[in-house]
Amino acid sequence: MPFIPHTEADVREMLATIGAPDLGALFDEIPESLRIKGLAGIPPALSEMEIGRLMHDRARQDGRPLSFLGAGAYEHHIPAAVWAITTRGEFYSSYTPYQAEASQGTLQLIYEYQTMIASLTGMQVSNASLYDGGSALAEATLMAVRAHRKSHSARILMPVTVHPYYRRVAVATASNQGLNIEEIGYAPEVGATAVESLRRFEGEDITALVIQQPNFFGVLEDVDALTDWAHAQGAFVIAVVNPTSLALLKPPGEWGAKGADIVVGDGQPLGVPLSSGGPYFGFLTTRLEYVRQMPGRIVGRTVDLDGRTGYTLTLQAREQHIRRGKATSNICTNQGLLMTAATIYLSIIGPQGLERVAESAHARTQELVASLSRVPGVRVAFDTPRFHEAVLLLDRPVAPVLEALAARGIVGGLDLAEFYPELGPALLVCATETKTTADIEAYAATLSTVLPAARAA
Amino acid sequence: MQTSEPVIFEHSRSGRGAAVQWPAAVPPCEDIPATLRRRRQPLLPEVSELEAVRHFTRLSQRNFSIDTHFYPLGSCTMKYNPKACNQYAMLPEFLARHPLAPESQGQGVLACLYELQEMLKEVTGMRGVSLTPMAGAHGEFAGVAMIRAYHRARGDLARNEIIVPEAAHGTNPATATMCGCVVREIPVDAEGDIDLAALAAVVGPNTAGIMLTNPSTLGVFERRIEEVARIVHAAGGLLYYDGANLNAILGKVRPGDMGFDVIHMNLHKTFSTPHGGGGPGAGAVGVSQRLQPFLPIPVVGREGDRFRWLTERDLPQSIGRLSTFMGNAGVLLRAYIYIRMLGREGMSRVGEFATLNANYLLARLKQAGFDAAYPERRASHEFIITLKRQARDQGVSAMDFAKRLLDHGVHAPTTYFPLLVPECLLIEPTETESKETLDGFVAAMTAVKAEAERDPERLRGAPWTLPVRRLDDVRAAKQLDLTWKPERSA
Repeated sequence: MPFIPHTEADVREMLATIGAPDLGALFDEIPESLRIKGLAGIPPALSEMEIGRLMHDRARQDGRPLSFLGAGAYEHHIPAAVWAITTRGEFYSSYTPYQAEASQGTLQLIYEYQTMIASLTGMQVSNASLYDGGSALAEATLMAVRAHRKSHSARILMPVTVHPYYRRVAVATASNQGLNIEEIGYAPEVGATAVESLRRFEGEDITALVIQQPNFFGVLEDVDALTDWAHAQGAFVIAVVNPTSLALLKPPGEWGAKGADIVVGDGQPLGVPLSSGGPYFGFLTTRLEYVRQMPGRIVGRTVDLDGRTGYTLTLQAREQHIRRGKATSNICTNQGLLMTAATIYLSIIGPQGLERVAESAHARTQELVASLSRVPGVRVAFDTPRFHEAVLLLDRPVAPVLEALAARGIVGGLDLAEFYPELGPALLVCATETKTTADIEAYAATLSTVLPAARAA
Repeated sequence: MQTSEPVIFEHSRSGRGAAVQWPAAVPPCEDIPATLRRRRQPLLPEVSELEAVRHFTRLSQRNFSIDTHFYPLGSCTMKYNPKACNQYAMLPEFLARHPLAPESQGQGVLACLYELQEMLKEVTGMRGVSLTPMAGAHGEFAGVAMIRAYHRARGDLARNEIIVPEAAHGTNPATATMCGCVVREIPVDAEGDIDLAALAAVVGPNTAGIMLTNPSTLGVFERRIEEVARIVHAAGGLLYYDGANLNAILGKVRPGDMGFDVIHMNLHKTFSTPHGGGGPGAGAVGVSQRLQPFLPIPVVGREGDRFRWLTERDLPQSIGRLSTFMGNAGVLLRAYIYIRMLGREGMSRVGEFATLNANYLLARLKQAGFDAAYPERRASHEFIITLKRQARDQGVSAMDFAKRLLDHGVHAPTTYFPLLVPECLLIEPTETESKETLDGFVAAMTAVKAEAERDPERLRGAPWTLPVRRLDDVRAAKQLDLTWKPERSA
């Protein structure tokens, strides 16, 4: 029996101790009519060798194409040590650190994580992480409504330059609590949110303005002007940021005159593999004054009975296991293991390394844009400062082009037709430090081959 | 074990770093305006790779875990996490696959997820499954949101009350609130079953549904579940199954057969994906036929021998997207591998042996003089010991007991949950522990009990042998120290 250590003698002795004739008797409180006879729909067991073979086959089927996809999930180099340590049993197979004395490793690591992510975003406090970027934004909108004592409208202004899936997660999560999430268009020539487009809200009760930097198009928003506008209206600013970019870009805590109020994002770029979408982790940082409105776990440093430094979960009176129906959120878990990987990643890569990663990703993207826009039928959508993504406009529908590229082992980017049909045939591309000049040239060469063919089709 | 490990920032020296990890330097990016640039470096450690490896390895050694200790944490199902599940979910192709990559380059992973959906339907008796929720509480949110969407779609707009037994997990009422519902609590009787008269009195035209855990958090099976289902359904409400305790009945009884309309499964409990020090979890949801149109997206669909994501276009009534991409896909692969290794027979033995271990441990602890909270009942996969007598006679609390157990190399059981049993320990051994381990736990419990009678101070001061002694939680909350600051290190 897989993973059940009992010998027949054990079972006999244990049943005798219990005073039960057989294993079936242990279920005698369950109505007979409900008991099932077996699980015919589950296939027979595989040995570890057999499941290994099966999984290798399935993995090989998916292959490892050369990818220029970004759109919220980014391929970065991950130092070998990151997952070698993260998957140590002591991290991998431990529970939430409720028994603090038996969990000092995890707790200290969360404290270190909170320090790094707060500093990276330029904020004062961080929680121990949330599920992912999209759900972190949803939690931030709910938090803004709780924390903003003067606003009663629960109105959130959401530029459509925010990741389309983040926006959908926010709506699916927050609309049940009566939040009004209103979309704001972008200036078509620059691909960014214009302060002018917000003027119509002046004088109205707005709870928060969301700003994503860099935005979904990879374009840099005028974060200072947008932040100052929101604060002048008495609205909070919720920043959505890419953590790698923060090695290069102004942290939200320094946006405008007063800085953003709540900062969220997906921590995936910090040492977490792409893995078809998860597990990733969301981060959330804020000002000290709103710490009690934060969702999720928070670790604090304190002392033990002998005065030694130690770490423990704190401010638990916000949480579901204490407050039940009045909790700040129903969330219990953080994404502990991923936050662990990110903390190790940031420690190994260091401030200088992270800056190199950001600069390199930016440079590679500029190279990619220059190279692809030389292909006939391709031009750049927005000629504005960007980080490591760009929108390209094609002279024909994108989907068949991507299919043709995929057949040649290249994942060419994201077709924006579903999300931004007004752009016409548009492709979102990304390059990080993992792409070489040869990779970029291979993409450009393949694209110039498949584009005319796609036209003929 | 070292008594302290400095924070990583104290190992930091300006100019040090793991340069082998860095990409080559590039010319400065002058196209980004200075007003948008960062001016000061973030506070990140500057350490060598070895220093980082040593620091985090040392931190890991300051944790209890399943791999190192018996971890009978009630309601958490701390069973062995097979290494194969991790290794094969982390094959390079799986890790490298981008969530938005074409479906043609994901048929392998999609096949695994599709089969996982099918197998979860089979073990729970539900008609549809969505794998996207990222934790138990997230699955609960999806479940209650589906219940609300169902009533709304029928124009039944008044149904906004969620009934919750008083012993429920705190997430149940918190979830109901997050979904904009009102919580109605009902009591349980002296034997641990739901008070049917109270239930009948509270249901009505405002009832959206009831959230139940079965076996309940009291460690006993809700014997009149069919009657509960009849009362709630007759009133027009739906039944939500909190799958926290699914391990107890795996292969024996199915929530779908009990009459539940929606269920979440904690794959990190029942299906042995790692707890990871507090996540990632995975909270797949299963539904009956009438809730199928409302499942959160994406769901994996099959057309012939091809697999594809089902989205809003396929499920226009879906409650929507709850994760940016596809939930905790890597965790789902681990659950898939686990189920395939157990197979049909192994799956039906999980509940059996989890229950055997719990009942054996309960019998042994009763023999050793401990008081069971529900002595007349069979234990499910877990059970409750109450230390009310020890608290009265020796002045030691369940917390003191728990902390002293740590000194015996055993992770403490769950304490003070459920709230309605005073001074309780909720104990869940799981099926992967051997008889010898259980006997060792009985010996530790017996030793602590004897010590409580002889020297209760020893318990109140525990733990004595861990990296730290009991921590000052009040100070932690009052003098908030949530981030390290350089000036304080001097």
